[in-house]
Amino acid sequence: MSNDVADRVKKIVVEHLGVEEAKVVESASFIDDLGADSLDTVELVMAFEEEFGCEIPDDAAEKIVTVQNAVDFISENV
Amino acid sequence: MFDLSGKTALVTGASGGIGSAIAKALHDQGAVVGLSGTRVEALEKVAAELGGDRVHVLPANLSDADAPADLVKRADEAMGQLDILVNNAGLTRDNLAMRLKDEDWDTVLAVNLTASFRLSKACLRGMMKRRWGRIIGITSVVGTTGNAGQTNYAASKAGLIGMSKSLAQEVASRGITVNCVAPGFIATAMTDVLSDDIKENLLSSIPCAKLGSPEDIAASVAYLSSNEAAYVTGQTLHVNGGMAMI
Repeated sequence: MSNDVADRVKKIVVEHLGVEEAKVVESASFIDDLGADSLDTVELVMAFEEEFGCEIPDDAAEKIVTVQNAVDFISENV
Repeated sequence: MFDLSGKTALVTGASGGIGSAIAKALHDQGAVVGLSGTRVEALEKVAAELGGDRVHVLPANLSDADAPADLVKRADEAMGQLDILVNNAGLTRDNLAMRLKDEDWDTVLAVNLTASFRLSKACLRGMMKRRWGRIIGITSVVGTTGNAGQTNYAASKAGLIGMSKSLAQEVASRGITVNCVAPGFIATAMTDVLSDDIKENLLSSIPCAKLGSPEDIAASVAYLSSNEAAYVTGQTLHVNGGMAMI
């Protein structure tokens, strides 16, 4: 399950930020490592919400700064 | 020019003189238009004047904190999406500062500024996804110049300008523009109540030597709503017959 979530999260990140797949590792920070700006992170959260059919509240969204954070939140809440 | 076919627009305060003219101008350019306001009968009348086609009546009382998010949701449902938001709803509670009641300050800020922010926020998600959006605030010349007796109103209109500039910077890269139109003295119910003396005084300070019409404002909104205005953002377009050149 969590592998599947991780793959889907990575796919969204690759598509949205236009970065190489190899760079989208679990520990990668969207802003520091993948070149996202703050608005990109808002859009990533929107994309996760749609992909996984869930709602990510603002306070949780603020804590999603790495690929792993996103995978963890989604695995725990979907 | 300024073709809005296939676009949808929500106009708040759409039963008023300027609001109904804005709705008509956007409708004339081909947009589907959602008319919002508190007076349902007056909104129905405007809808009937537009011919009933491509028009939705969406009543809302924006002094209620939950109303903006609910209104955007209903507009989305009625029109499928929301491309253009015109924050036109506004009210005045004029008095000298020394006589101004706290509730008159609060009411004016709540409707003119806070509701505009909440409406803008609520429609951003869809606009960001579609990489296209227009948010237009109807501010006022007094937001820039100030006006005795209107500390609350002027503050709300100046606030709208600052909010629009900030939001414009946040979302410009996503194809969303945020601008204001600042009317001067326009012939509407809001200015009808002024005495002849005051009106005469006003006219002497307006180089065009007449009050503006709601259509003058509506044309500016139609322009800022269009694809042609895609490179214009964070701006305030002053439509005031030259009474203040800013």
